[in-house]
Amino acid sequence: MRLQRLRGASLAALACVALTACATTGSSGSNGDGAASGGDRDRAELATGLDSAANPDPFPSTYRGLPRENMAIVGATVFTGAGQRIDNGVVIVTDGRVAAVGGASTAIPAGHRRVDAAGRFVTPGVIDAHSHLGVYPSPGVQGMSDGNEATQPNTAEVWAEHSLWPQDPGFNAARAGGVTTLQILPGSANLFGGRGVTVRNIPSVTMQGMKMPGAPYGLKMACGENPSRVYGSRNASPATGMGNVAGYRAAFIAAREYKAKWDKWRDDGEGSPPTRNLELETLAGVLDGSVLIQNHCYRADEMAVMIDVAKEFGYKITAFHHAVEAYKVAPLLAREGICADMWTGWWGFKMEALDGIEANAALVDAPQGGCAVIHSDDAELTQRLNQEAAAALAAGRRIGMDIPEERAISWITLNPARSLGIADETGSLEAGKRADLVIWSANPFSVYARADQVFIDGGLAFDRFNPAYQPVSDFELGQPGYGVAAATVSQGAR
Amino acid sequence: MRLKSLILGCAIAALALPAAAQELTAITGGRVLTGTSVIENGTVVIQNGRVVSVGTGAAPTGARVIDARGKVVAPGFVAVDSGLGASEVSSVGGSDDLRNGANTISASFDVSYGLDPWSFTLPVARLGGITRAIVVPNHPGGGGGGHHHDDSDFAGVGHAGLQSPSLFAGQAAIIHLAEGTDILVKPRVAMVAPFGEAGAGVAGGARGAEFVQFKETLAEVRLYARNKAAYDRAGLRDLSLSRADLEALIPVANGDMPLIVTVRRAADIQQVLRLAREEGVKIILDGAEEGWLVADQIAAAGVPVLLNPISNLPGNFETRAVRMQNAAVLDAAGVTIAIKGNEGSIHRARETRYNAGNAVSHGLSYESAIEAITVNPARIFGMAGQFGELRPGAAADVVVWSGDPLEPLSLAETIFVNGQEQAPVSRQFLLRDRYAGGGEGAMPPAYSR
Repeated sequence: MRLQRLRGASLAALACVALTACATTGSSGSNGDGAASGGDRDRAELATGLDSAANPDPFPSTYRGLPRENMAIVGATVFTGAGQRIDNGVVIVTDGRVAAVGGASTAIPAGHRRVDAAGRFVTPGVIDAHSHLGVYPSPGVQGMSDGNEATQPNTAEVWAEHSLWPQDPGFNAARAGGVTTLQILPGSANLFGGRGVTVRNIPSVTMQGMKMPGAPYGLKMACGENPSRVYGSRNASPATGMGNVAGYRAAFIAAREYKAKWDKWRDDGEGSPPTRNLELETLAGVLDGSVLIQNHCYRADEMAVMIDVAKEFGYKITAFHHAVEAYKVAPLLAREGICADMWTGWWGFKMEALDGIEANAALVDAPQGGCAVIHSDDAELTQRLNQEAAAALAAGRRIGMDIPEERAISWITLNPARSLGIADETGSLEAGKRADLVIWSANPFSVYARADQVFIDGGLAFDRFNPAYQPVSDFELGQPGYGVAAATVSQGAR
Repeated sequence: MRLKSLILGCAIAALALPAAAQELTAITGGRVLTGTSVIENGTVVIQNGRVVSVGTGAAPTGARVIDARGKVVAPGFVAVDSGLGASEVSSVGGSDDLRNGANTISASFDVSYGLDPWSFTLPVARLGGITRAIVVPNHPGGGGGGHHHDDSDFAGVGHAGLQSPSLFAGQAAIIHLAEGTDILVKPRVAMVAPFGEAGAGVAGGARGAEFVQFKETLAEVRLYARNKAAYDRAGLRDLSLSRADLEALIPVANGDMPLIVTVRRAADIQQVLRLAREEGVKIILDGAEEGWLVADQIAAAGVPVLLNPISNLPGNFETRAVRMQNAAVLDAAGVTIAIKGNEGSIHRARETRYNAGNAVSHGLSYESAIEAITVNPARIFGMAGQFGELRPGAAADVVVWSGDPLEPLSLAETIFVNGQEQAPVSRQFLLRDRYAGGGEGAMPPAYSR
């Protein structure tokens, strides 16, 4: 019920946010100093900032990872994330990467510290494919609400990373729940909400310090009730589902033309160069495959329409988010190679969420090629994605599906990595991948399991037993309750 | 047949029960959580809708026996601060009977009239082990409240609630979740009022105004109660509340009906405790996210707390001290706590048991966690011994679990409410079964039922 109240009551507040946001966004590039753009010899060089190809990564990652050491985690039950379960396993971490994973006889290289995890469980770091940490941070008060540029239905030009507040205490809480990587997305007010950003979950003063190097951008699209309600209530388009689809198609028509102009100019250098347009640039990135579509879409029938829109314009949908009805079209999603990012327990809060069932993930996982992802969309749920996966697993088992835990763990590890286009880097404990891993106190499908230690790129990022590895954001310093020890309460463990 | 003789001999109250509820049933061999203790290899006997005995003996002769070896037998859980049976789809206003905005019907708003025994939310919650709920009205002015879905465009914008005409949201009711045509157990069991930011919003924006308004309101209620005859002949000064609201508040002013106070900040909790003491009002704290900072004061006042143990992020300036350990600290201080479900405990009421489990992993004892979802809600709402507990005479709300009921991997296998076994069916299970085969057969899914 809180949900509905907030939605209904906040239109005016939202409008205020949007107005103030106008003052700081939308600058369309500036005349620079004319530095070389790396273009062809007989083509006129564009002024700095006017050619996206000259600087394809204008807000580069400065992520450098935490101090790390080579180690061998021994004695644990290992879920690799890629489908294996290894009892009394050994995980070798060398230079921040997984060097080997195997049974008790796995050789431990010299100089590797032994970490005793007997009786415990090791999994890949949890990946949350749908988070608003930093853009809808805690505290969620006026002045901190930066997740929806709800001023026009197409804001493909905005980037969530420019709203991301790294001091959101939610990042620390998520890490204590085993989350090592997150995709931070804009909200769903718009047909095109803007670019998301994939971050490594380490404390940082800047967004760039968290940004995952090399991770592809995602573009948030939204089906359904949200865009049509937001704009329909303003007597603007879209006001209906059909208005939504007209909006997607018009945008991609424009993007095709924009891309063609730039392609031609880059090819022959003739005539005036196209004018750079951030909105169309992102959409053109979708068309050339460099920007992945992350499509908020609850209903099965709408997913099928979106698949056809994608085919009409020649792009691919990487994932449907909040795919409450994915189970109704599970074979279709598997054939199309589209991930379904889902909750287990959320349903009934609005019409398009009415048919949510707990067995959704299990049914999506069933067909060959299915990609089931458990996501959060929520600062609290992200801390317990393992439990949300457990509830989904239980629902599958209830109807007789034989789903081992070593498979279900992929719903919060390898599959979200696929959903973000980073599965070659993380998401499973396989040789060569980043050493993002969690040592759990117990089986992570138990409600009692806690993340004891969380490693990111082999660096210890959280330790439940050592306050030195329980980071506190600037916002939390000196707040009520800070530093107060009462019973088992300590400052680093919210 | 034995059933016939039982019916002849049973009490009049049992005549209202379906025949199945009257059958003598013994659940044997399980680990029995009575609500206050644990019995290994226990036997729970139920009949005529009530628990007959709980112990370790053999099943009575002639009883239907349910073999619970290797399983856990527990009382049905109680959802507190719930909207079950009074809201179908949260965003569909017409299906929501939890809030009322009229300024003449606020304290007198009675949710029990809006309850729907056919609500599709009830089987879903029941399959999560919930067999009773305290259905609590929502304040039309809104108010802070933890975190919420962020799928929406408006999430996190803050609590720009309506200006509410009244300090009071209305009166709560107790329901059971048995299949049937009547779920009401008891109406008007508590009054609801928001304090903190939400309450301040009602009074004009500042907390200090709300406390003054609250005291003034109680003074009017008492004036009215002493001078009803004068009021009826228009011989009393104008009062700010309607007659219906004044009437509804008399038991609150008298200290007979508890007031559920939504309050989060430690400073506000202290003020509310003082207010209750000064006014002689019996209160129940709801939320109390920063309660652990003043746990001893809450305990000394003998005030119970309804809380969500997974609230741990400072969503606003009245929850900056939230901690996962709130439940553990309050319990250790001697406060009677009840653990809530999520998001209004309607569609996600079934997560109550997970919340209890998370409280355990953050310091609450297992025994206290079970109490917090069984006997404590009954105690807090004046129903001790009547439900929420496996003991002779209590309502036979009994759930047989495949394992530890706080674990997500455990399933509620057999569910009794008022002694009546509940079919393991929900609208969601029907959807699931319709599409479990992939939904691509020759005949469209609509042909399967």
